[in-house]
Amino acid sequence: MHNKSVAELSRELESGKVTSVELAQQFLDRIKQQDGQFNSFVSLTEDQALADAKAADEQRAAGNATPWTGIPFAHKDIFCTSGVRTTCGSRMLENFVPPYNATVTENFRKAGAVCLGKTNMDEFAMGSSNESSHFGPVTNPWGLSKGEKRVPGGSSGGSAAAVAARLVPAATATDTGGSIRQPAALCGITGLKPTYGRVSRYGMIAFASSLDQGGTMARTAEDNALMLNVMAGFDPKDSTSVDRAVPDYTATLNEPLRGLRIGLPKEYFSDQLSPAMEEQVRAAVKEYEKLGATVKEVSLPNAKLAIAAYYVIAPAEASANLSRFDGVRYGYRCEDPKDLMDLYTRTRAEGFGTEVKRRILVGTYALSAGYFDAYYLKAQKVRRLIQQDFINAFKEVDVLMSPTTPSPAFALGEKTNDPVTMYLEDIFTIAVNLAGVPAMSVPAGFVDGLPVGLQIIGNYFDEARLLNAGHQFQQVTDWHQREPQ
Amino acid sequence: MQWDIVIGLEIHVQLATQTKIFSGSSTAYGAEPNTQANAVDLAMPGTLPVPNEQAFRYAVMFGLAVNAEIERRSVFERKNYFYPDLPKGYQTTQLEHPIVGPGHVDIDLANGESKRVRIHHAHLEEDAGKSLHEDFHGMTGVDLNRAGTPLIEVVTEPDMNNAEEAVAFAKKLHSLVTSLGICDGDMSQGSMRFDVNISLKPKGSDTLGTRTETKNLNSFRFMEQAIAHEVERQMDILEDGGVIVQETRLYNGDRDESRSMRTKEEANDYRYFPCPDLLPVEIDDAFIEHARSRLPELPDARKARFKEQYGLNDYDAGLLSGDAKLSAFFEEAVSHGKDAKLTANWIQGEFSARLNAEEKTVAESPITGAQLGDLIVRIADNTVSSSGAKKVFEGLWSGESDSVDAIIDAQGLKQVSDTGELEKMVDEVLAGMPDQVAQYQSEDDPKKRKKMLGGFMGPLMKASKGQGNPKLFNEILVKKLGG
Repeated sequence: MHNKSVAELSRELESGKVTSVELAQQFLDRIKQQDGQFNSFVSLTEDQALADAKAADEQRAAGNATPWTGIPFAHKDIFCTSGVRTTCGSRMLENFVPPYNATVTENFRKAGAVCLGKTNMDEFAMGSSNESSHFGPVTNPWGLSKGEKRVPGGSSGGSAAAVAARLVPAATATDTGGSIRQPAALCGITGLKPTYGRVSRYGMIAFASSLDQGGTMARTAEDNALMLNVMAGFDPKDSTSVDRAVPDYTATLNEPLRGLRIGLPKEYFSDQLSPAMEEQVRAAVKEYEKLGATVKEVSLPNAKLAIAAYYVIAPAEASANLSRFDGVRYGYRCEDPKDLMDLYTRTRAEGFGTEVKRRILVGTYALSAGYFDAYYLKAQKVRRLIQQDFINAFKEVDVLMSPTTPSPAFALGEKTNDPVTMYLEDIFTIAVNLAGVPAMSVPAGFVDGLPVGLQIIGNYFDEARLLNAGHQFQQVTDWHQREPQ
Repeated sequence: MQWDIVIGLEIHVQLATQTKIFSGSSTAYGAEPNTQANAVDLAMPGTLPVPNEQAFRYAVMFGLAVNAEIERRSVFERKNYFYPDLPKGYQTTQLEHPIVGPGHVDIDLANGESKRVRIHHAHLEEDAGKSLHEDFHGMTGVDLNRAGTPLIEVVTEPDMNNAEEAVAFAKKLHSLVTSLGICDGDMSQGSMRFDVNISLKPKGSDTLGTRTETKNLNSFRFMEQAIAHEVERQMDILEDGGVIVQETRLYNGDRDESRSMRTKEEANDYRYFPCPDLLPVEIDDAFIEHARSRLPELPDARKARFKEQYGLNDYDAGLLSGDAKLSAFFEEAVSHGKDAKLTANWIQGEFSARLNAEEKTVAESPITGAQLGDLIVRIADNTVSSSGAKKVFEGLWSGESDSVDAIIDAQGLKQVSDTGELEKMVDEVLAGMPDQVAQYQSEDDPKKRKKMLGGFMGPLMKASKGQGNPKLFNEILVKKLGG
């Protein structure tokens, strides 16, 4: 069962070959047996899951099943779950139990899906390796058989590792600078970051509000489509969500790709990319040509400025977003504060980890009087140039393709002492967030036995085309079916 | 040395919306602490602000009422600072693109002149909660019921030159927002709070002096006192050759003293930046026209109408048109009592004095406009004398009866206006005062004669047991005594 996709499990449930309760129990057992080596879960919600599974079976018996009724899955621990602690990977929220659901959480509940637990992540989604989590790093299932401990990528590393290790068929994730696509690539699964505003951010703990976007992780593009069907839509509780009709993303999965115009941004096939990685990505593009797509080189001339702009804008927003963690109303509070200043400084010094503090400091600096124009305003101007690059590119082509990451999964600890090298992990993914366009990562081969991801970037609200392109690729390749040993 | 005083105001006006500016919590005053604070108000992780359209409508109505430009695109920014009653660690406010642009308000001064005070801008923002330092024994209580209450902050140009002008402006603004119905105007509950910026410069100088800001004045009286206090403080410093420190000060009205809260050097760097959780607010013509169509009659227009419709003089019309509730009371009284001038006098005299003495608002008055109107009718038709009318007023106020005529009957206040009867009394009184009659008749100075006439009134009122119509007595006297 654990190798089946959401679509397949849905059919099994519908045919009566298995019940939701049985499925939930099987996956829970598997998590309990295996997750010791991955650390992909922060919390397991066994009792709630079994109760929800029972309710799902009843829902199905009553004839009210949706494709998600009784399907086990996991939430990244950034989505608030009413009555279930939501840590965001931080000591600050180690014991925080929200009294409300995120809209994404609520949508999966309404669809009848069964959440098994909350997945590990970089603290407050700040990281590219899942090593900044208060709950310890996550280990990539790939490479373990050779005795290597490699990172799963971040910040949605727990979700990616759990899906890759077949602990759950699907998991929610979020992407601020690559946090869905990069771990999906490093773990050999499929992940989609939708257009900014496509999925509600309500109840999704904020890192950088203008960049954060909830999205999907599963092994197949089809399952990503099923997830997005549940997640996408306008939410009156999020005024940045977009009031625009949601198509059935599964309806167009089988459209032929003949005539699809693919652009290869020359800036993303640069020296930073290893020849072995480039070979895999170009081979994947060849498969698309075989499917009838045309390929041309395009340019995103300002792409090289993306990392610099991102590391001003994201920390600036984060510095304000994380001010609410002050020890006054909820979350971690230091012992015996002497006075108000002591309460603030010790609570935040003890409650936040190094990377989070680094970004709060950077962001505070960038917004300070005398620096605001040179950093924040300049970065916003760069952001508009980058948006324009994508708008221009999509006048010529339907999708852009590139490697998702410059290299495959690196070893745990390899980059933790060098934040700038770590930031360069997101060199191909960050511009997408600055522009707000959708993008996905699809498994496209292996280098040294480690998965390689193909990034497919689409125009605004063109998720259906991305999923179609991913699904068609997965009909002629089996990279997404490979299982780590 | 002679000094020019320069005053600018910043006024926080709480908008009378049902719910908060970015959440669905109630804004009602006086609830148990923290019972009107939901997950958004508490800044729980992942929660997001959703703008309240009514707050925007009220802000636009205010802008239209102060002759201001409405900005078509306004932007919320985050003003970052830490304080326990500021749950998010930043206040959502507007800075670069406020909803209301430059405008102006005309104020009436006691010397009969009018003065224009320019509005620099007015912006929308959320109020903070309250920190309660008493009753917690070394700790601080935090009440977040007020957190997220919509405010408009009105910022004037430094166009006022003394406390009278500043208070006149403050009252005018109070009158505007209450007439618009966008604020309940209850200053004791903090619905309007004033910050006063004051600087002094040598008389006639073009260069502004260093200013101080005195914060959070919540009554006109405190504002007036605080200005007087601060002007004197600055003048003492300057005349001793000292310099004014740019700072924020707190004024204690009960003790008439002020202290420095923070200097410019200690001021926070608020690190403003556009709030990424809120899109820029686009306001179109239809929204503005809809707000315009909902504008009630404003104080200036009402004043003009009172002069035109009721023949009131400028002073009376100004006083009666300022407060929407007082205006309504006046108009109800006039519709019953007809005599507008007499009604105006009674409202400004007996009625206002009584409200002030008992610290009541017009809305809390135990007597209605209609009752006052009925009383005016009885004064005008000579049923009661002015002293009798005061007794009737007293009876209405104390609830003795809600009928003017019933009180007149019960207290026997009906005055005698039968001229035959009155002439008889005059004859009798004059007959008993031959010396005074002779003295009067030999006096040539009309002023003195008029004064002497008063000497007969006492005995006449006594003879009529206080019920003779004094006006008629006067006429009869003049006739009998020969001019």
